[in-house]
Amino acid sequence: MSGDMSTFFSISVIFAVLMVFTALYCILTSRNLIRILIGLELMTKAVTLLLAVGGYVSGRMALAQSFIITLIVIEVVIIAVAAGIVIGTYRHTNDLDARKLNSLKG
Amino acid sequence: MTFDFNMMNIFLLALFLAAGVWTVLTSRLLISAIGLAVTSIMLTILLFLMKAPLAGVFELSVCAGLITVVFISTISLTKPVEKSEVLQLKMKRLKRFVFLPLLLFLAAWVLFAKPLHLTNPAQVPVEQTTLQHVLWFARRFDLIGQILIILTGVFGVIVLFKTKTGQAEKQDNER
Amino acid sequence: MSVLLILVPLAAVLIMNLPLHKLMRKLAFWVGLVLCMLQAVLIIRMPIGFWNTQPDLLYRLLLFRPFTDNLAFVMFLSIAIVGFVSLLVARYAIENDGSKLFNFTNLLLLAMAGMNGLVVSRDLFSLYVFLEVSAVASFILIAFNNGKDALEGTFKYLVLSAVATAMILSAIGLLMTVTGSVSFKTLSSVMGPNSGNPVVLLAVALLLGGLFIKSGLVPFHGWVPDAYSSAPSATSILLAGIVTKTTGVYALIRVVTKMNLLTHQVQVLVMAVAAVSIVVGALAALGQSDFKRMLAYSSISQVGYIILGLGIGSNLALAGAVFHLFNHAIFKSLLFVNAAAVEKQTGTRNMDILGGISDKMPVTGFTSVIAFLSTAGIPPLSGFWSKLIIIIAAWKAGFHVYALIAILASLLTLAYFLSMQRRVFFGKLASGFEDLKEANLWILVPACLLAAITIGLGLCIPWLLNSFLLPIRSIL
Repeated sequence: MSGDMSTFFSISVIFAVLMVFTALYCILTSRNLIRILIGLELMTKAVTLLLAVGGYVSGRMALAQSFIITLIVIEVVIIAVAAGIVIGTYRHTNDLDARKLNSLKG
Repeated sequence: MTFDFNMMNIFLLALFLAAGVWTVLTSRLLISAIGLAVTSIMLTILLFLMKAPLAGVFELSVCAGLITVVFISTISLTKPVEKSEVLQLKMKRLKRFVFLPLLLFLAAWVLFAKPLHLTNPAQVPVEQTTLQHVLWFARRFDLIGQILIILTGVFGVIVLFKTKTGQAEKQDNER
Repeated sequence: MSVLLILVPLAAVLIMNLPLHKLMRKLAFWVGLVLCMLQAVLIIRMPIGFWNTQPDLLYRLLLFRPFTDNLAFVMFLSIAIVGFVSLLVARYAIENDGSKLFNFTNLLLLAMAGMNGLVVSRDLFSLYVFLEVSAVASFILIAFNNGKDALEGTFKYLVLSAVATAMILSAIGLLMTVTGSVSFKTLSSVMGPNSGNPVVLLAVALLLGGLFIKSGLVPFHGWVPDAYSSAPSATSILLAGIVTKTTGVYALIRVVTKMNLLTHQVQVLVMAVAAVSIVVGALAALGQSDFKRMLAYSSISQVGYIILGLGIGSNLALAGAVFHLFNHAIFKSLLFVNAAAVEKQTGTRNMDILGGISDKMPVTGFTSVIAFLSTAGIPPLSGFWSKLIIIIAAWKAGFHVYALIAILASLLTLAYFLSMQRRVFFGKLASGFEDLKEANLWILVPACLLAAITIGLGLCIPWLLNSFLLPIRSIL
């Protein structure tokens, strides 16, 4: 059981790390603000997986579940606020190109 | 904890990652948002397999449901791409793949690097509690935090979605 | 009783939003002011025992025993003072737009509740939850006027902050795998035997990285100048004075000391990051022409001093770090208050256009001199003592190079503030500002209050050092 858990943990961590890389790739190379938000969401997915694995391997699934539920609530609020900011930016510029967001420099 | 469980998990994890990669590499924004929902669904199945049904239900309804709705409405509220721009966009898309080798290199490095081995797992005794117990009794302090953040979100919507476009334009002109 | 500091603002926000009284909307500003004052007064007046006892009813309601020590008191006090000042400045800057002031007050109270919660939290996950509460409230407060620059600054802050919290959460997941728990108590006893475990090392690296981003230290400081300078004046004060300090610096101090993270590698990492922040922040501040942007870079540099004290790790250094944290909250808020007054009265933040306005705005000019002398570490102002303590601690612990860096960077601080004073306040009055008026009382009262605290603290340091600052480590 313990060995099995260990492999399961290693494999999950590898996939979570790959997912984080994918998300970072999305955040760093995208020009569209909405796409950057999608990248952030993907990163949160990887983190959710890590939390679940942490609870599963240590046998504290109930604790991990309550963490995940809290995390999801927070995630929704952040995405709603972020969507508000994106729409606000769009109202000003009629564009969502991240590279045009360069009036702040230094 | 059989061999099947692990194989099933690896298969699902691979699907999870594939959905994520598809989300990032697809060209249209709307498809990308749907790709995110698919990723969420994969995560939901993984959570069910890890015996976290309630978290799975939350993930399915909120992340695959609500957040996708938020994304799609944001996309539709902002400008749809015009036909003349599509060609230009395709050229830009090619640029996005410039860094793809870097991503592949990092992926390869992770896969072949010394994997993280848990030296001594299960050193803590397994606790038998239910989610309800943990959420209501052990983590009640976090619930206050949740109430606070939801209230904050409500004010955020009030402040950010206020449609005083005239005022915003006036501020722009002043700059 | 310290749970009340979270529950009372929450209850106030709920009551103010009941659709019963139109009157409540007008009273909101005063309710906010009274709550901030109450927090400050109670923290000063009540003994430590009062905050650590908890009535049975509250315990049954919450099932949580909060955690209060000297460090927590320092944080509560700075949260209350900066919140109070920020609210007054909001009244000054927003003037009498009723619904805007109402929304601002509510968001400020929510942010305060979030920060108070962060201060009392006893495990990593609660820390994360309350960190997000104050972060989200500050996003909205930055984007409050829906200006273009502000939205842009907010978006940068939001993205970097989301990455930081993702790192913190991954660390929580990994630590849970190893220990099955997230409370500081369990984690502190587990860190020792597992310090060679790669999973634990990865978790610690992620945790520190996330908190470095949150505190705006140098390799991760990209969001700080944008967010600070584009935010409305009242929000800049809140953000620079306390939000970044609580969500980043306080969380870092708490995590490092509670979890016994300060191994040799961590110490080297933390001190290197601190030294780079001190120098880069000060150098970048020299080259700015925007008033608020210069203050933002100065803030990065000052946070570097606090983190340096944390990295040294001795009792004296920690006392200095906490004292500097409080001082920084006071004098950086004061500088941002002055920036708000200058921006509102003259309509610009560009230091090249301004000049000689000290004649027209004497109080603003005088208080800004006090604040910058304190920041640069000129005796007998409070900033001098906290920097001195950190530098002495660094020297005593054998980090001579770091002590020298801290002293030299202090000279740089003096240089950029002198340049700021010369360009904005001293000299001949620039053309176009002939009929400039001093700001009104809403802004002069907080400015004088903060200046008085800076001077007063500097004068009564001997008493403060022995009675309050040095015992900080023993209770931590």
